[in-house]
Parts: sequence; structure tokens; C-alpha cells
Amino acid sequence: MNKKLVFFALVTLGLLLYALIQSLYDAPHEETMGDIQRIFYYHVPSAFVAFAFFFANLLASLVYLKNRSPAADSFALATAEVGVVFCTIVLITGPLWAKPVWGIWWTWDARLTSTLLLWLIYVSYLILRRFSSGGQTPVLAAVLSVFGSVDVVFVYMSIRWFRTQHPQPVIGGGEGSGLNPAMGYALLANVVAFFAFSALLVWLRYRLERSRQQLDELHALAAERGSINAS
Amino acid sequence: MSSPEWKPIAKPSYAPVVVYPTFLQTLLSNLFKDLRLEWRSKDAINAMLFFALLVAVIFSFAFAPTPEEARQMVGGLVWVAVLFASIVALNQSWARELRNQALDAYRISRASPNALFLGKAIGNFIFVSALELVIAPLFIVFFNLRALGSTTALILVFVAGTWAIVINGTFFGAMSLRTRSRELMLPLLLFPISIPALVLMVNVTTAVLTGEGATRRPLDLLIVYDIVFTTVCLLLFETVLHAE
Amino acid sequence: MFGRFAALRELSAEFQGGRLYAIFGENGAGKSTLLRIIAGLSKPTRGRTAFDSAAEAATAQSVGYMAHASMLYDELNGMENLRYFGGLRGVTGPAQLHDLLRKVGLDPKLNRRVGDYSQGMRQRLSLARAVVHDPAVVLLDEPFSNLDTGSAQDLARLLGEMRSAGKCVLVVTHQPRLLEDVADESLLLAQGRIAARGLGINAAAVQPQARETSW
Repeated sequence: MNKKLVFFALVTLGLLLYALIQSLYDAPHEETMGDIQRIFYYHVPSAFVAFAFFFANLLASLVYLKNRSPAADSFALATAEVGVVFCTIVLITGPLWAKPVWGIWWTWDARLTSTLLLWLIYVSYLILRRFSSGGQTPVLAAVLSVFGSVDVVFVYMSIRWFRTQHPQPVIGGGEGSGLNPAMGYALLANVVAFFAFSALLVWLRYRLERSRQQLDELHALAAERGSINAS
Repeated sequence: MSSPEWKPIAKPSYAPVVVYPTFLQTLLSNLFKDLRLEWRSKDAINAMLFFALLVAVIFSFAFAPTPEEARQMVGGLVWVAVLFASIVALNQSWARELRNQALDAYRISRASPNALFLGKAIGNFIFVSALELVIAPLFIVFFNLRALGSTTALILVFVAGTWAIVINGTFFGAMSLRTRSRELMLPLLLFPISIPALVLMVNVTTAVLTGEGATRRPLDLLIVYDIVFTTVCLLLFETVLHAE
Repeated sequence: MFGRFAALRELSAEFQGGRLYAIFGENGAGKSTLLRIIAGLSKPTRGRTAFDSAAEAATAQSVGYMAHASMLYDELNGMENLRYFGGLRGVTGPAQLHDLLRKVGLDPKLNRRVGDYSQGMRQRLSLARAVVHDPAVVLLDEPFSNLDTGSAQDLARLLGEMRSAGKCVLVVTHQPRLLEDVADESLLLAQGRIAARGLGINAAAVQPQARETSW
């Protein structure tokens, strides 16, 4: 077992436990919303993670299109999968928090719509990877990633415009609402913990995918030399 | 019948020189080929028209709106109908190339990939526009519509909106070519990417029908969307064509 | 490579203009893959295809490819198909195209859609499409399948004429007898490798070695 990996996993576990305690016990009780507000400590860091990894996916895809490196493709796959997981968490925890506090499950504002759309695009990305055959998968996926990223910009702009025409209820308070510093600390602890955890997941997934690629390559080399009858 | 001898490669000086076609010539050649193929088989056109008619009828029954309500809703309905119906044309346009592997012959010829792409996109644009010209009167009749806003905006939104659907649709059709469930893959990829354009298209159409609401800003955004995505498609099409 | 399956293994060969090569082998031996790589349709995982010739640059790198799929449009007629594919390469003169159709034994004035052609006619048109631009290299993957003897012999004769005109012709086939008179050399492919080379169609007579398994 890779020593660095084990060490990092243990550190991550520690961070997660610490963050959990922070969010459930040490962070102050919110006056208006009550304990339900504590979802905030899972919802926001998940969102940061999801967006960061989708961005990483875009970068990896561009690198792949430039030099066709299998490592870049593995990284793209890993970040996409982990990103989708955390994006799903965002989309589930969001409405769960919004309903008791603001009275509505959902609203079509720029932030929520962009998140939903990002989720849709990356799910279709994963489906494309599953349904396409070997050689073309990395190329097609990388191309879709570029399209998706360009699209998100437009979603944001078009929904922002849409809001000026059709005012919608607001979720999550205005942009400028201040944050109690004690809450800020718990939030930070969770952000760090979530990033560590998701980075660990990406690392593991990346290793798995690279191993699969290298296994295929070795198999192919052996087949080529004729030492195994490949069929 | 006596067949002429095969001439040797080293050409004598009087042999005609081969002039390679320009981009425009190849594009037009592709476009006319597609138009001719569709005209002869009428596969896509018939299916599209029938589908759009069905959608119009079903929506009429499902919603049974008053003329006032209709003006609010029809914008969305007509674009949904167009989007779904155009999937038929988009799938068909690439299916034609696969039937006898004609696409392979194109790839070997080293003719410009973008000429193939644009030729198909323009062909699809013509088909979907033809569809719209047929179903627009249908919607007007079924919902007793009368446009209260600017007709220029209406025409612009139909041109820009159709191009938005068609350019990405043609591209994703090419991407889906060698995937499993090819015909399902196209809408799966197209719909999420088209959402921002749809929001804009529907809003402008509704604004024109009801006579309220701005049309300038969203039309600008839609045109920017068209330009950006057309560029992205042209940059990446060759990569997708040769992915194997 | 196709996933874990190596279609071709360490295959290296040289082909010359003005010769006709017959390629034999069992199914799965890699014959079609070889042609597709030379045609540029598939990219080899390792290695490359190189063209070397003293002929003009315009025809030097050009390749004609004919396979089991006709690569034609069923709704168009013969001339329309040829005009389209010729147009892609800048070959537009109607006289040239008519000549080509007559050479392969088809009537240029026939207005029937290709979808209604007989198999033999379709193969002829496919050949015409493949060589419309007068390529230096002609690749044919099982051109005689589903042809009656008369048409097959005609086709073999045509291939011989192309060879005599200086083209490099590669023919994959399961029917060596048809190429008896025109093949200069033959290759036998087995499990992605060249198992034998011979003059004329001699390679067809060689039995591939028994497969060795080592675990």
C-alpha cells in the first residue's frame, strides 16, 4: 500500500471528524432557522468541491485535446465522477434546507439553475463515456467537457437576464448577508475537510483508472509479441 | 462494348490538370447532395411534420387555454415541439452517411471536414425551417393567436433559435455516430447544452406574442450564443470526425 | 489495437507501384485492418504508413479504397454518385466520368437509383468511386464476394489493367484462383503477422502454423 496514500487518508479522516464536531456542536445555534441551518456546513463545501473539480475536468480535457495523454484522460474521468457525486449532494441538501427555512423547494435563479445544468451536463458526460467504444471515448468526452463549460457561462447570463424579466423568490439570503465569525470557522473547517476527502477520492479513482489503462497496454504488448493468444 | 485501356499514371502533357475544389464548392456540393437525398427519400420530412402535428394537437387538448393564456404559453410549446421534431432530422442526416459507410469515403478523400459539417448544418437548418413554416400556421389556428409585438423580432428569433438548435444538433449527431444507442445519445447531449438558448428563444417569442417584455437584450445574447457555439463546433469537428 | 485485441502485430511490409499483391488469410487475421490503416481510416497504435514515389505530388499520396460496404448513396444514380465523389477531389469533367463508368462496365446514362442496382453493378460503381481520382494505390477488400463468375473475371481483368498502368494494387480475397493470372506477389496473414510471401498466388497454398499457447 502506498504510504503517502495511507497517511493522507488518516489525515483526511481526522479533518472530517474535527469538522463534524465543529458543525454539530461547536458552531453556534442559528436564531431564526434553528438546527436545520447546520446543513449549510455540508451544502456549501460540497458546492465548492463540485465546481472546483468540474473546472479541473475542463483543464484536464483541454490538456488531453492538446497532447492526448492518457494520464490527463484518467484525471478527467476521476474529477468528473467525484464532481457529480458532490454536485448531487448539493442538489439534494439545497432543497432540504430551503423548504423548512424559506418555504419553497426550488427557484430558478442563476446559481441553482447553473448547478442543475452542470449536473445534467456531467451526467451526460458520464453516460457518453459509458456508451462510446474504446478508442474514441477520451476524445469525445474531452470535447463534451469543453462544450459544457462554455454552456455554463451562457446559462448564467441567460438566467440572470430572465430574472430581470420574471422576478423569482430568493433562496439563501442576499449576497451581502454577513456571516457570524464562529460559523465562518466551522464552515472553513468543513471546506478543508471536504476538499481533503474529495481529493482523496479523486486520487484513488485516478490510480484505479491508470492501473486499468496500464493493464490494457501491457496486455496489448504481450499479445503483440505473441506470448499470449489475445482474442 | 470495348472498354478503353487504363491510362498510365505518368500523364502526357495534354492531360487535364486536377483543380482541387474550394471550401465553398465542397460545402455547396455537400449541401446539394443532402438536399437531393432528402428530397428523394423524404424520410425525415414526413416524420418531422407528423410529429409536430401530433404535438400541437396534444398540447391543445392537454392545456385548452383561452386566447389570453395561449399567448403566454405558446412560445414555450412551439419551441419544445420544434426541438423534439428536429431530433428526427438531425439523427437522419448522419444516418444517411452511415448506411453504406459513405462517411469513410469522405474521410479518405481528404476533403475539408468543416465543409462537410457546415453543409450538413445548413441542410438541417433548411429542413427545420421548412418544418417551422408548416407548424407555425398550425399553432396560430389551434390557439387562435395574433402576434402583438414586433414581427422583425419574431423572424430574428426563429432564425437565430433554429440555428442554435441545428448547429449543436449536427455536431452532437456526429459525436454520437459510433456510440451505442446512437439515436438516444443525440438528444441526451443536445438538450442540456441548448437550455440557455431555449430560455432566451422562448422568452423572446412570448414577448412578441404578448407584446410585453424586452426583446433586444435576449436576442443579442442568443446571437452571441450562436456565434460562440458555431466557432467551437468548427474548431472541434475535425477531431470528432477522425476519433476512432 | 482494439481494446485488448491486437489486430496487427509487428507487421512491416513494402509494396511497389506497377504490381498487384494478393492478400490471403483466415478471418480475423488482420487483412481488413491492414487496408484500413493504409487508407488512413484507422490509426495504428504504433508505426506509420509512408508513401514514396517519383510521381507528381497530387497523385502520390492518394489512395483508392473499396470494401464490402459500397460507400455510395442509395438514393442517387450512378452518375450523381460519381459526380459527388469526383467533385470532392476536383474531378468534374463529365467526359472523364462517363469514360470511367464505361470502363467498369456500366452505362453512364442509366438513371436507376443505386439502391436498385444488382450486387455486381454496385461493386462496379464502388470501384469507379474508389478510383475516380486516378490514385497511385488501390486497396480492395474482398471485391469478388457475391459476384458471379463472369463479373468476377471482368473485375480481375480490370485490376490487372490498373496494375499494368503503374498502380500499386492490393487485393484481399478468399478466392485466390481469380487472381491467378494477374497477381505478381501474394501474402498470407495469420494472427496479425505475415506468415508467408510468394510469387503469384503461391502464398495461398501455405498452411498457417499451429497456434502456440504458453501460460
